[in-house]
Amino acid sequence: MQVTRDFSHYVRTAGEGVQHIDLAVEGVHCAGCMAKIERGLSAIPDVTLARVNLTDRRVALEWKAGTLDPGKFIDRLEELGYKAYPFETESAEVAEVAESRFLLRCLGVAAFATMNVMMLSIPVWSGNVSDMLPEQRDFFHWLSALIALPAAAYAGQPFFRSAWRALSAKTTNMDVPISIGVILALGMSVVETFHHAEHAYFDAAIMLLTFLLVGRFLDQNMRRRTRAVAGNLAALKAETAAKFVGPDEISQVPVATINPGDIVLLRPGERCAVDGTVIEGRSEIDQSLITGETLYVTAEQGTPVYAGSMNISGTLRVRVSAASEATLLADITRLLDNALAARSRYMRLADRASRLYAPVVHATAFITILGWVIAGASWHDAIVTGVAVLIITCPCALGLAIPTVQTIASGAMFKSGVLLNSGDAIERLAEADHVIFDKTGTLTLPDLEVMNAADIPAAIFELAGRLALSSHHPVAAAVAQAAGARSPVVGATEEAGQGVRATVDGVELRLGRPSFCGAEALIGNAFIDPEASIVAFSKGSEKFVLSVRQGLRPDAQAVIVALKARNIGIEILSGDREPAVKAAARALGIPEWRAGVTPADKIARIEELKQRGAKVLMVGDGMNDAPSLAAAHVSMSPISAAHLSQATADLVFLGRPLAPVVAAIDASRKALHLMRQNLWLAIGYNVLAVPVAISGVVTPLIAAAAMSGSSILVMLNSLRARGKSREIA
Amino acid sequence: MEILVILVPLALMLGGAGLVAFLWSLKSGQYDDLDGAAWRAIADDEPPQEAPAKR
Repeated sequence: MQVTRDFSHYVRTAGEGVQHIDLAVEGVHCAGCMAKIERGLSAIPDVTLARVNLTDRRVALEWKAGTLDPGKFIDRLEELGYKAYPFETESAEVAEVAESRFLLRCLGVAAFATMNVMMLSIPVWSGNVSDMLPEQRDFFHWLSALIALPAAAYAGQPFFRSAWRALSAKTTNMDVPISIGVILALGMSVVETFHHAEHAYFDAAIMLLTFLLVGRFLDQNMRRRTRAVAGNLAALKAETAAKFVGPDEISQVPVATINPGDIVLLRPGERCAVDGTVIEGRSEIDQSLITGETLYVTAEQGTPVYAGSMNISGTLRVRVSAASEATLLADITRLLDNALAARSRYMRLADRASRLYAPVVHATAFITILGWVIAGASWHDAIVTGVAVLIITCPCALGLAIPTVQTIASGAMFKSGVLLNSGDAIERLAEADHVIFDKTGTLTLPDLEVMNAADIPAAIFELAGRLALSSHHPVAAAVAQAAGARSPVVGATEEAGQGVRATVDGVELRLGRPSFCGAEALIGNAFIDPEASIVAFSKGSEKFVLSVRQGLRPDAQAVIVALKARNIGIEILSGDREPAVKAAARALGIPEWRAGVTPADKIARIEELKQRGAKVLMVGDGMNDAPSLAAAHVSMSPISAAHLSQATADLVFLGRPLAPVVAAIDASRKALHLMRQNLWLAIGYNVLAVPVAISGVVTPLIAAAAMSGSSILVMLNSLRARGKSREIA
Repeated sequence: MEILVILVPLALMLGGAGLVAFLWSLKSGQYDDLDGAAWRAIADDEPPQEAPAKR
């Protein structure tokens, strides 16, 4: 059978006779890599563009149409020492990038306007106390209006839109008081300028927008970066399938191009990328990513297989039922829908603060106006003072208090290997006081490990590893990896479903089922781990038994201890069998565990804990965990998790260690503490400034100074969220 | 004070030029890869194809 690689799905036409492809590249870290890749690829004839983006770790390539096969670039990068995968930009990422650019444009406009209006305001402030002519002052005010009004109309869009959305939905958010403040300040300034008055607040209004846009932009930029990394990780997983394009011809194509009804080949050791039904062949499959069950299931004609299952022994032909986005076990889908619908709309700290804040401020302004009128002031003066109150209380610091902390905290989490899926995850994670772990793939690693390597002579183990290289079986692959084997044994033959054998120096070597190696006798007296797969190795008459299983994550025990030290409750809920769960719970010192739990049971347990007032953090990876990830207060998934679980989880962590769970909890707690502190700082500033505003002595100079002072104070305080963190490559 | 007639438009024009330059740089993708740009500035030039003769 002939296998070809098909990348046409990722290639797009960029102008006249030029084709373009984006590749995600692993291991690009420095300028050296950048130069090496760009030179190496530009050296290929007909390549018109090869440009590395170091921030996103991607390469953009363009070449004359029809002259080159994209596979060649991947091979060339492989020669240079980099793994590359074709990359397709998700629509979510495109939206984030567009939003990020829009905010930067708004920020540019607002910053330009602030600088120019300031340039005009400072002469007015100094002129007011010396000898400026009223005509000159009016001229400067009109010029300020000319700059500030269009700039505010453009740069204020993000706030006005968000405020309008909130008001149409009959709620309020932080952007409502901001928008009211800006519009009133500008409107009053225009009226005042018209009446040749001394004070106008164009500078304060546009400066407020600039400060707030800085916060918004930083927040958005962090989100964009996270999205880019997530996009790369998806590309690096390289989800492809071997699709039959002819009766005997196979093409390795990206999953996105597979349609229901297509037939794909699933070889031993491959992870299934589609949902479908087996139409030919017989094999054992590992469905632990779907059900949490580590025992293999037999698949034969008619058996449904789901994306994420690992094929163990035989070759299968699978008819695809629904491509890529996956229809799942109906049960899980229904539970997930229910859980998502019931997911309580968490009200973010900023919105809670503004819900209290807006009425108080607006009432204060109103009372100020009435108070001054009763005290005998003219309506005009009273309204000017009232608006001054609104300007000085306009939540500049309040609007920055949360986004700045959030940006810095998510940056710190990013460095310790945690990606944020949802904006309010930090606040919710900080409240978590009970952690539920799934076992398979969460507390344990998704890949297999040889548990008793130390009991076997090193030379024998190495030989077994070399022999294992000739097999596609995942267990054999684990043996080969554990032994660090590089060169396969010459002349090794694989017997399907049995094992591998070879003859070296007249001695027969066998690796495979105990019966295949004649080692049944050894199994009888060895301790049998319920979760392990047993493989035997024989060299002539010497026989050994290897026990291969999913090992616990290297630092799982330390993480459990650290969580206990933080007074967080821990339990295991697993879909796996009792002996396996019990062994893991004992090894980690977790007294509370439940085995053989169905997705519905998991949700029931979470509800029970909720009733008791616990805030549950669910950490899980399997498709069977997806509904409980949605039902929990906050949820986390490893990057190896099933698609559905990863999409449902609030946070995703990378790498082999479990430490990011603790790091994320610590970072979020610190961040929440700082958010609260910032809110108090902002309120404290208002308590000091409001009486001054009510008394009617506020000048635009005081407003500008107070506003920038409080904003800078809040930003500096936020910077304290930058903890010492570990870089994960 | 007649100098204002020249200075104010001049100041606004300079500010406007800055804004236009910023929007242009944003549009031409100069903020897309800030990390890479930092390194490119100090990267060596392309080495010559043939080794220069030793003197």
